[in-house]
Amino acid sequence: MRVPTKWLREYVDISISAPELARRLTMAGTEVDAIITTGRDWEKISVGQVVDVSPHPNADRLRLTTVDVGGEQMTVVCGAPNVATGQKVAFARVGAELIDGHTGRPAILKAAKIRGVESAGMVCSEKELGLSDYHEGILVLPDDAPAGMPLSQYMGDTILDLDITPNRPDCLSVLGIAREVAALTGGTVREPPVDYKETGRPIKERAKVEIADRDLCSRYCAALIEGVQIGPSPPWMQERLLAAGVRPISNVVDITNYVMLEVGQPLHAFDFSLISDHKIIVRRARPGEVLVTLDGTERPLNNDTLVIADTKEAVAVAGLMGGAASEVTDSTTTILLESANFNPTSIRRASTALKLRTDASARFEKGLSPELAMVGVRRAVRLMLELAGGRAAEGIIDVYPGKQRQTRITVTQDRLRRVLGLQLPSSQVRQRLMSLGFGCRWVPPDRYVVRVPYWRTDVRIPDDVAEELARIIGYDELPTTALSGGIPPAQPQPSRELREKAKDILASAGMQEVITYTLTNLESLAKALPPEELNKRPPLRVANPMSQQQEYLRTTLRSSLLETLASNLRHRQGRIALFEGARVYLPRPEDLPEEVESLAGVVTGDQPDRWGQPKGEPVDLYDAKAYLDFLFDHLGLTATYHDSEDFALVPGRTAEVRLDGQSVGLVGQVHPGVAAAFDIEQDVYLFEVNLEALVPHVGRPRVHQPLSRFPTVEEDIAIIVDEGVTAAEVQAIIESFPLVQRAVLFDIYRGSPVPAGKKSLAYSIAYQSPKHTLSDTEVNRERRRILERLKGQIGAVLRS
Amino acid sequence: MTLPQLQELKEIEDKARRDLAAAPNEPAFESWRITYLGRRSRLNAILRGLASLPLEERRQVGAAANRLKSELEELLSQRQVQLHEAAVTAVVEKGRLDVTLPGRPLAIGRLHPVTQVLRDILAAFVSMGFQVFEGPEVEWDYYNFEAVRIPKDHPARDMWDTLWIDYERNGEYPMLLRTHTSPMQIRVMEQMQPPVRIVSPGKCYRHEATDPTHEWMHTQVEGLAVDEDISMADLKGTLYEFARRLFGRERRVRFRCDYFPFVEPGADMSIDCPMCKGEGCRSCGDSGWIEILGAGMVHPEVLANVGYDAERYTGFAFGLGVERVAMLRHGIEDIRLFYANDLRFLQQF
Repeated sequence: MRVPTKWLREYVDISISAPELARRLTMAGTEVDAIITTGRDWEKISVGQVVDVSPHPNADRLRLTTVDVGGEQMTVVCGAPNVATGQKVAFARVGAELIDGHTGRPAILKAAKIRGVESAGMVCSEKELGLSDYHEGILVLPDDAPAGMPLSQYMGDTILDLDITPNRPDCLSVLGIAREVAALTGGTVREPPVDYKETGRPIKERAKVEIADRDLCSRYCAALIEGVQIGPSPPWMQERLLAAGVRPISNVVDITNYVMLEVGQPLHAFDFSLISDHKIIVRRARPGEVLVTLDGTERPLNNDTLVIADTKEAVAVAGLMGGAASEVTDSTTTILLESANFNPTSIRRASTALKLRTDASARFEKGLSPELAMVGVRRAVRLMLELAGGRAAEGIIDVYPGKQRQTRITVTQDRLRRVLGLQLPSSQVRQRLMSLGFGCRWVPPDRYVVRVPYWRTDVRIPDDVAEELARIIGYDELPTTALSGGIPPAQPQPSRELREKAKDILASAGMQEVITYTLTNLESLAKALPPEELNKRPPLRVANPMSQQQEYLRTTLRSSLLETLASNLRHRQGRIALFEGARVYLPRPEDLPEEVESLAGVVTGDQPDRWGQPKGEPVDLYDAKAYLDFLFDHLGLTATYHDSEDFALVPGRTAEVRLDGQSVGLVGQVHPGVAAAFDIEQDVYLFEVNLEALVPHVGRPRVHQPLSRFPTVEEDIAIIVDEGVTAAEVQAIIESFPLVQRAVLFDIYRGSPVPAGKKSLAYSIAYQSPKHTLSDTEVNRERRRILERLKGQIGAVLRS
Repeated sequence: MTLPQLQELKEIEDKARRDLAAAPNEPAFESWRITYLGRRSRLNAILRGLASLPLEERRQVGAAANRLKSELEELLSQRQVQLHEAAVTAVVEKGRLDVTLPGRPLAIGRLHPVTQVLRDILAAFVSMGFQVFEGPEVEWDYYNFEAVRIPKDHPARDMWDTLWIDYERNGEYPMLLRTHTSPMQIRVMEQMQPPVRIVSPGKCYRHEATDPTHEWMHTQVEGLAVDEDISMADLKGTLYEFARRLFGRERRVRFRCDYFPFVEPGADMSIDCPMCKGEGCRSCGDSGWIEILGAGMVHPEVLANVGYDAERYTGFAFGLGVERVAMLRHGIEDIRLFYANDLRFLQQF
């Protein structure tokens, strides 16, 4: 909402600077987005008069326009369709700063030859002057604008650009802002006059209004003015409308817009002669009913939409836009003026259904007071008589099915204290509320009865009154205390805690955390998931996606991780290790999806050398496993790895990760075909951990193992086994012996003299007894037994 | 006439001094010590022979022998120290390192800047007795809107452009990607009785085009405290303390009236712009203030929606955008950098 301060001063005195006014409004809830000083940038722009318009010799659409700028005549090339001799215009000389009509950015006007004709300046549009976005034609100034006067002197102003919150439709008006200003500065509001002389025949004898659907229209006021003369509105009104960002059209239309901006009540003027039987019927649209609105659009109406109709057909969409057929034109002489109140929900639905938002609908949908309708219509009739001539019919038709009593709220002193943390003296409570137009009566011993002014439809409960007091006093004036009271019992969330811990562990292991978008597309998911998985559990789709790239909720972290990796590989060499700890969304019938905390990582590239440079040795599966080993060790867990398969991973290089026999994740090499689908040409290793599955295993404290007082005996053995035997099997056999304190694999060897198809595994074994120092005999006996069992179970032979 | 023993002592001394000067290392010192100070040394023989000497001679020879013994011991230890120092000097000279060479590279992993800032935000509240409690990102319309006083067709819905899940029930979409963390107010209060003191972080979604200050996926932290006697003063005190912990003790904080349907009175909190220190600059739109969170007293109807006694209990709630805080803290001017995940960006934090 743009509020020109020149206009604002008509209703309230302002004795403080614009920045200070903006600060006080902002603090009290009416945020001032910007203070716009029109005219400040209008150096070298003056009022000019068009004295001649002639064709351009080389272009059909352009014209040579001669402008008199206070005695000096300049000829410029002008492409505006509406330029005409005699007009007063805003004329910019070369060197003026204007908003470029195409880019919207400020630019300095340069001298130019347009199609071979020198142009010495420019006749400006509203957009070029920064007044509005209108660029379809030039700005035509009122006739009495003095040619030669600097434009800033003629129409400069300080405009407050306000961000009005949806609860305050009353502030979508200059008068509403004046009320705020008065309360915040100790001023008094001057209400605009609404009285006028009724000299015509009674309206009741000439027009009828019927509200058929009373649930959607709580009040309909209609006034009749006959003998009006359509013409331009006076300069002061045009200037105010322009400053507020509304384009002047004609006196009658301008008055309806002006009153809407002034008091907040949307109005509509019908050409009375075009209303069949002179009867207005407020009703729901009929099935299949269509209306061509003022903007020339044919609009099919659904039967939830409220229309204003005559006895034949709809003549306006209630609260949104009038119909073209009953529009006020130059030949209109009698006007039926509508000032009504419509159901906010109905207006909003109609606005959504018709994809049409207007200044009127923006006000109605927020809930205007029906009391305002009478103020609006009376104000508009007064202005019509003043500016368009004619006679007002006696009386105003006022159908008011939704009349309500004034809102009264009982507010206890205790409630105010409990909400605000402050005991306010009753004199202050009364004075502050009255400054906002509220009535306030102190009812001993402990409460107030507050009467809410009609325009404040947002104030309904005691806490609303508390806010009124707080915002006028200033939030900064309220006390500041620390929370006292009890601390609630703990609400543990183990999977969240585990996710955060795992993130710390992987980052400390040298991986980089990424956070990727949770919305993706089917193609991306299909690259990394088997088709049956997508069919079995189709991901949730967004009904109104912003793009096809972000249409589905991911069921895996794989795709986005690989995409992130690919985009980083474009500018990076060496080892990259990324992880993400986030949710995947698994659909459930008729319910919210299951949001599973997941963890996944990818690693690729070359090992770094002493200087951190790629060493020429690519990472492999065991680098990926290293991160998992590190993770599980820090979580106090021991995982086992088992041959497995996965759609996206290379067979034979894929392991399922298990804890106590239960699957908790996966690690393996990304299949080169899958990697290529993500535009990755090098080997990538991936792991995934289902954190929810991990939860039951973590948090058990490790049990302390007493240190043996007796020495360990260490010795190395190497055995030869078939290729197919896993290290884990050998390890398990060796460690099953009671005297083996630990066994560490330290070498794998293939090649002569080890026979083909076999490999040699070398272990360093530490023997120890908790009870005594081991003798050589005992160690020898244990070793012999180990070798026997290795031979018996996996056919291992000692490598000599 | 000089006693022969004194003559011998003189000889021993001369020889011992020469030998010690020539001894190059610790083993040589040891054999020197055995030769001149050992049990079988000539000096020891003289000392042992003292008893058989006449009193006057014994006194002269004994004094000289004992003096020589301690002299030799002293010489040895001096020489040992000397040699040790020489060895150290040699090592130092030979072993000079360029201490400015880089250390062997350890892989350095980092948490995402949003995670880092989120952790700091949560830590500030946790230290004030708040607990962290997360909830679902895919929500029912009821929790996201209805229960927090944003019914269907309410103009306040314009404040949250919504991504709806393609799941229809009775001709409507009841499921959505939550547009804010405020549904957690309802979920938390449904699950616990006062006193409540939680912070709830998580991803939120808006149907909006991205630009340097808008991102369709973003992270919020919701806060909620409900008890028998919580007022605006507690809201101010808690958030004031939070702002100063996160942005520094010297920060100034401002509360102004604002509107959110689920709070009354409603507020937002700004800090003085860290870039211009409140003077007004591009970052703060010349106002000198940067809004960092919305807040207010929980609306009595919201309390009633979860079955709390709104007469007995009051509370405050707040919501803040984590990316915005991260941008302020690190001087980041484009929010889209966070989820582009370019390592050149991420590894700066």
